[in-house]
Parts: sequence; C-alpha cells; structure tokens
Amino acid sequence: MGVKQDNADPGQILPPIEQELSNELDPKLKKYLRGEGTNLEVLKDKKLKSQLSVREELYGISAKAAAKAEEWLMPSEGGYLEVEGIEKPWRINQHSISSEINISSLKNQHDIIIPDLGPYTLDFNSSGRYMAVAGRKGHLAVLDMKNMSLIKEMQVRETVRDIVFLHNELFFAAAQKKYPYIYNRDGIELHCLKEHGSVLRLQFLKSHFLLASINKFGQLHYQDVTMGEMIGNIRTGLGRSDVMQVNPFNGVVALGHSGGTVSMWKPTSAAPLVKMLCHPGPVSAMAFHPNGHLMATSGKERKIKIWDVRKFEVLQTIPGHARALDFSQKGLLAAGNGSFVQIFGDLSESQHYSRYMGHSMVKGYQIGKVLFRPYEDVLVLGHSMGWSSILIPGSGEPNFDTWVANPYETSKQRREKEVRSLLDKLPSETIMLNPSKIGTMRPVNKKEKQTKQEIAAEMEAAVEAVKDTAFKNKTKGRNKASKRAKKRKELIERVKRPLLERQLKEDEKLAKKPKISEKENALPTALQRFASKKATA
Amino acid sequence: MKVKVISRSTDEFTRERSQDLQRVFRNFDPNLRPQEKAIEYVRALNAAKLEKIFARPFIGAMDGHIDAVSCMAKNPNYLKGIFSGSMDGDIRLWDMASRRTVCQFPGHQGAVRGLAASTDGHTLVSCGTDCTVRLWNVPVATIVESDDSSNCTAEPLAVYSGNNAFWDVDHQWDGELFATAGAQVDIWNHNRSQPINSFEWGTDTVISVRFNPGEPNLLATSASDRSITLYDLRVSSPARKLIMRTKTNSIAWNPMEPMNFTAANEDCNCYSYDARKLDEAKCVHKDHVSAVMDIDFSPTGREFVTGSYDRTVRIFQYNGGHSREIYHTKRMQRVFCVKFSCDASYIISGSDDTNLRLWKAKASEQLGVLLPRERKRHEYHEAVKNRYKHLPEVKRIVRHRHLPKPIYKAASLRRTMTEAEGGKKKEGKLIVLQEVLPLNHYVKEESSKKLSELWHYQLL
Repeated sequence: MGVKQDNADPGQILPPIEQELSNELDPKLKKYLRGEGTNLEVLKDKKLKSQLSVREELYGISAKAAAKAEEWLMPSEGGYLEVEGIEKPWRINQHSISSEINISSLKNQHDIIIPDLGPYTLDFNSSGRYMAVAGRKGHLAVLDMKNMSLIKEMQVRETVRDIVFLHNELFFAAAQKKYPYIYNRDGIELHCLKEHGSVLRLQFLKSHFLLASINKFGQLHYQDVTMGEMIGNIRTGLGRSDVMQVNPFNGVVALGHSGGTVSMWKPTSAAPLVKMLCHPGPVSAMAFHPNGHLMATSGKERKIKIWDVRKFEVLQTIPGHARALDFSQKGLLAAGNGSFVQIFGDLSESQHYSRYMGHSMVKGYQIGKVLFRPYEDVLVLGHSMGWSSILIPGSGEPNFDTWVANPYETSKQRREKEVRSLLDKLPSETIMLNPSKIGTMRPVNKKEKQTKQEIAAEMEAAVEAVKDTAFKNKTKGRNKASKRAKKRKELIERVKRPLLERQLKEDEKLAKKPKISEKENALPTALQRFASKKATA
Repeated sequence: MKVKVISRSTDEFTRERSQDLQRVFRNFDPNLRPQEKAIEYVRALNAAKLEKIFARPFIGAMDGHIDAVSCMAKNPNYLKGIFSGSMDGDIRLWDMASRRTVCQFPGHQGAVRGLAASTDGHTLVSCGTDCTVRLWNVPVATIVESDDSSNCTAEPLAVYSGNNAFWDVDHQWDGELFATAGAQVDIWNHNRSQPINSFEWGTDTVISVRFNPGEPNLLATSASDRSITLYDLRVSSPARKLIMRTKTNSIAWNPMEPMNFTAANEDCNCYSYDARKLDEAKCVHKDHVSAVMDIDFSPTGREFVTGSYDRTVRIFQYNGGHSREIYHTKRMQRVFCVKFSCDASYIISGSDDTNLRLWKAKASEQLGVLLPRERKRHEYHEAVKNRYKHLPEVKRIVRHRHLPKPIYKAASLRRTMTEAEGGKKKEGKLIVLQEVLPLNHYVKEESSKKLSELWHYQLL
C-alpha cells in the first residue's frame, strides 16, 4: 500500500487528539487511494522499482491531503434525521419535518398542481439548479429552482413522452409524438431529429455528449450533439421497452424489457454487452447508484431487486411495487408506486437497504417519475396532476466541487465550463463495462508471435536434425554422386517447406492489413499526422 | 426528533463585490467524477497534439561569418554571449538576444580550430592551423551595453606560436592553465609563451581536449589513432588509454556527474563512459546516420546535444539510447559544432553554411515569464502525457518527427543492416586496456616486453 502510517514508529507517542484523528482518517483514505497499491516485491528491475515506490509515496501523500481537506475544509454539512425513543423514521411525514427545519428550506416543499396537462416527467441539470418539466399533453417548461422562477414555458400541442437537459441548462430535448426535438432555453426549436423516430425515452451521456434514445420499435440511437453525427443505430431485437437508464459510472445504457431481461449497450457494437434475466415478468423500472456498483430493478411481480452490477448477482430483494426508481447521490433509493413513494437507505453501511422514509399523496395522483435533486436534500415526484417536491434529509451531497457542477454558476463560468467540457469530450469507444481498464496492459496473447531469430533458429535446428541421415548405398551403378546430392537437397527442402509456408501465410496476412484510407490521404500534409487507421475522437 | 436539511446561504457561496474573485469550492470525492481515466487519456492525447502544434524550435540564425563555423565557446559568466570561430580565421562574439556581432577578434591567418573562455570570462583563448595560440581580452563593457551600432574589434593580448598546427584548446575550470591539442597535448599558462608541460602517447595528432569540470587536473583527449586518453596534471603523465574502432571527434564531461564523459564518435554513435571504469561503455547513444562532429552537455547534466555530419542536431537523454529530439533545416548543412546554453534553454549550432543557429532546447516551450496558471497548466500537461505515453495513440503522436528523406532512408538502411547481422548482438569492439607506469620509469627495451604482457583483449 502506498500509505505511510502516522504512528508507525512505536517510540513516537502522539497526543490523544491526533491519534484519534489519524485513526479516523484511515477509512477515508481508502476512498481517495482508488484501489490497492502495486506489489513492488516481484519487480526485479531496480530502476523501475525505485521510480514506482516514489510514485506510490506521492499517491499516499495526495490521498492524505484530500482526506484532510474533506475533514476540515468542507463548507457544508449533510442532512440527517435522528429519531428518539420509539419513533420510527418511516412514520415521520413532511408535515412534522416542516416545523423543525429552517424557513429557507421550506420553499423546497411544495406541490404544483396542473390538472389538465397530463402526467409530468422531469429532469435536472447537473448542478440541480434548473429543472425541465414536460406534461404529456404538450406542456414544456424550464424553471430555476434556486429563485423558484419560471424561465420559459411553452405548449407544443403534441404528446411529449420524455424530456432531458443536454450538457447545459440552455438546451433540452423533448421526445414528442413523432420525433424528438431540441429546444433552446428561449423556447426556439433548434433541431428536429427525424432519424430517431417516435422516441419513448431519452437519456444524455454527459461526458460523451451523446443523446441516446429508444423508440417504439426498440431501436436504440446514439447521436453526438456536438457535431450532429449519428454514432450508433442499433436494432435491439428485444421489442418495445420504455425503461431506459444510463449508468453514470461507465456511460453504458441499460434497457429493461418485457421479458424481464435487462440489456446493456454501448454505441459501437450491435450486440448488447450484457443481458441479464432480472424478473419473471416485465421490468417496470430501473435505477443506477452513482458509484456504478449497484442497480435497482423492479418487476411487475411486486419485487424490487438490488443487484451488484460488477458481479451480476442479487444483493437484496425488497417486496413492493415500483413504477419509478431513483438513487440519490448519497445512496438512498426512492421507489414510487401509485400515490405513495417509499425511500430506502442503507443506514448501517452494510449494503442492506431498509425503510427510511415515506410519503403519500392525494389518492388518485399516479406517480410517474421520481428524481432526487443533485446537491440538495430534495426529492421531486412527477405525477399525473403536476409535480411535488419533498424533503428527504440526508439524500444529497452537501459539498459540491466548482469544477464539476456549480449551483451558483454565473454565465461566464458556464461558458468556460462548456468549452472545457468539450475539450474533455470522451470518444464513444471509451464506453465499456469497466472504465478503469483504460491505460492498463492487455493480457498477453497465449500464442506469442515468434521473433525472426526464433524462426531462423527453428529452421536451422530442423535442417541440422536431418542433415546427417545416411542414405542406403546403392549398387550396380545407381549410386552416383550427383544423385546422392540431389536426394540430400530434396530432403532438406522437404523439412524446410512447412516452416516457409507458415512464414508466407503470415506475410500475406500482414500485407492484407488495411492501409490508411484514401480520405485521409486527401488531407493536407500538415494534418496527415493526425489521421489514423481508427477513429480516435 | 432531530432533523437537518442541506441549506446553503447565497452569501457564503457567491462573491461579495464585483471586484472580488469568484469563489471556488473543492470536493475531491472520486464518486463525483466518473470515468476519470478516460478523461485523463483524452487530456493526454490533447496535450500531445498541442505539444506538436506549438513545437517551433528554431529561433533565429546569426549570420556574419563568410566561411564555415568551426568552433564555438561559451562565456561562463555571461549568458547572452557566445564566441564563434570560422575556417577563415574570423572570431566573433555574438549577442544571442539580438543575434548580432558585438565584437570581432581578427588576427588568425588560417582556420580557427579551438576556442575557450577562461572561467572569469575576461580572457578568450583561440588556436588555429596557423600554429599560433592567441589570447584576447574580452571587452566586458560592450557586452553589458550591447549597443546595436557599435562593432568593436579587439587586439590580441598575446600571440604564442608553436611548431605544428593546433587542433583544439580547452581552459582549465577555475585555474590559470589551458591545454592545446596538436601534435601532442601542451599545457600553457596565460603568461608564458612556451608550454609549461607536454604529454605524448604515440605519434598521432591529438584532435580534441577537454578538462574535467569537477577535477581541475584531469583532462580527456582524443587522438586520430582512434583512442581516448585521460591525463592527470598532478602526476604529469598519461593515466589511461582506450582504443576504439573509429576515431572520436569530440568529448564532453557531464557537469553534474564529473566522473562520466560522453564521446562523439565517427561511427555515428556516442559512447558514455565512467572514467574510473573504461572497459565498458555505460551507454551507447545511437541515432545519427553520419559521423557525430560535436557534443555538449546541458548544465543540468541530464541531456546532451550532438551535431553531426548528416546535417542534423539531436538531443539525447544522458542515459537514453535514442534521441528525444531532432532539429534540421533545409538550409543547415554539415553541423560542425554545437553548444548548450548555460541556462539549459537554448542550443546553438554552427554549421558549414557559415551560420550559427539558435534553437530552443524544448521545442514547444513557451518562452518568457509565465503566469502561475500557465505554469501549472504546462506541468499538468507534461504529467498527464507521461502517465499515458505508453498507449499507442499517444505514443505515436509524441514520437512523431519529420525526418528529411535522405536521413530517413539512411536510418532504415542501417536498421536492416543491423537486423541482418543478427539483431541484438553487440558489435565486437576491440578494447585495449593498458596500465602504464610513469614515463620516467620506462626503459625502451623493457617497455616493449611490458607492453606485450599488459595488453589484453576484451570483446564487449
């Protein structure tokens, strides 16, 4: 491990406060170390060993600094709910909370009732400040949740099935009746994406700038919103599905199907990465934990299952319906069903989810979407009569990082962030099940290619083995020297032939490899160095 | 029941006045940053591409000489100046910032073969094929003023003549002596008109001489009998001799590790040796395709620059087998001398086409004063590029250099030839080590016997 213990020297006695602090820091350090250190004992190369040990030490120092910063420098504290005596947390409702919290947070507890415009679905931008809302009957709106003000609302007079923000709060995409459209913050229609067809669900992959959509016929489309290029157009072959989620950890799109299978896709392949059978009946909802290890799925047979996505096995089964599922930044799971939403949390840090809180609405309001607001302890429910916002203490991440998502962003900061995130735009090839494999060594081929020396040595050895065979001495004038020499030569050639044939085949394979295409040759000479056989960006 | 919900006050998170900086809050939690490695990889790619975009190493040429530049000298006290001598006897002091001649030192009748500045920077020693050694007074005042219009000429302090043409001169570090190479190695004092000491081993001309920066009494020379000899002034006798396959054109000592020196050889390679252990080269630096004419170490001791007969200048790491950088221009012909500037940022090359060229040591470096943010960004780019430099896409971009066609062809020809010879088999180099007793103990007849006993051959 690359961590130096503070109290490694037994002779050194720390004052008790510092001892406690160093003990507290160790579990936090693990988070920042990002895995185990390398095993330096097996290295024989001294130079490499010394270089690596210096680097491991640096990792340890930086992890310690990050843990200390987390301990002391964070401006905000997280929310919590502590019950006393015989009170149960799931019996506490919003009304009893509202009398205990500060007034400025009360504005986050509200119901917006818009009865005629259909079930509402919603989306937040990455900092949690802006919310896009879409009613089934064609009502689109963008709101600023900090000031509780309406930025723009419009009526498109068509059914709208889904809405997502793109990389900014300036752009959002709405899946309308026939095609999805991209709109500006001012309500101007920017693009009509005809290729996607009648889209049921939309998702946006933030770091790749890809808009993923699943349509009525079960076709999955990936479109790059920076250049407008269609990256992937995949016929899933598994029928119509309206359950689609993106795993934020690795950018993989997961679809839930009516046969109970969940399939995971990446834009560059026509076959799914994974297909797992989750439920005996159709999958009704799905959600991913932000750390990418947990997935919650619910089926029509009244079970909510929590999966470990790395090992593809069930961790826990919770009885209950869920038409909408969502994980919060701190790992709380919200399951919405009918007019009741249940929140589960792993309170004892043991990856076992138990009931935490609940909220029931007016009977008859059907909850269609639950979404936790990033960086706030707020859960927003989109239901058939509008949307409601409730407080769930302990669900949001209290401390944001300005370079990742800033709820207090000015327009200048937003513009800079847009440019920087475009520079860091990931190519679509980096979507894989385990993204930490980038930069690691590929496992060695079992069939190693022979070097030229080895081939030459093999040929020599074969010839040596055959060279000294004695030929039968023929009589009666048939033992001519020339004939003997010819026979010997033929024998050696026969031995060499399979090796030469193998070499020829390999050379042919090498020659057949695709050369740089014509298109790249047509580039001006100054740019040809950036042309490559495979697309990189 | 105790409840608390996240509540942030706007005042705490936004700036107070419009003249304040915006507030920045950090949370280093890895959970907030998905796909870190992919983003780092993309940044490494972009950093490699940016490095290539900003790679403009050539700064300017200093022209004025009317014949090929044969030798250069650095003034250790003054960063901006460089001396150069040409094949027609013209010696000039240049101001690198304005790329103009500050002072001329006329006097030599033939080619100037060697230039050296004394450690205090006041005296310049030059030697040439007209069998003279000349000492000049370096006019410090004019350098400091660096007046554009004035172009002074200086008179020599002293002219000492010898019997044979001189091939090289080097000044002792922090001392009063300088050594010349010609028919034999001569040690001179500034004030004496005859050499105070002479060394000779064999009958061939000595073509280059270098004093050790750390040990002022040690010097290394190379002769045209393909040997490198180490001399010690205190013992006043030659100490070690190393004979190679081809002759060494120039030697440079590593200023940070003074026991190591690197020899620029005629067989297109440079060989680094530890002076205490001459039986095996520490490192062979292979990349040139024609004879390496001159070599100079950077003051950091971590890299050195070589100039070769194949019209290119290459920069090597002190322990690297291959060059990290190559500079070439259509107008630059055979490079005869190279120098690394004393602040390790620039390279000066003097070539056959009568020009001295000024290059950057790091081709994509941003010159001038950097803001702290710029510096951090450059450091970040370097670090992220080094982390992913083994990946094929990044490696391809970082390694890419445009070579002139004749050099590319010559290099691939050499490669196929070495592969045909059996790949990694090292060249059989005949190294003869000879431990020599002090000269005054030598008797002529005995010496031949002793020599035959002491010769031993070693194949590397």
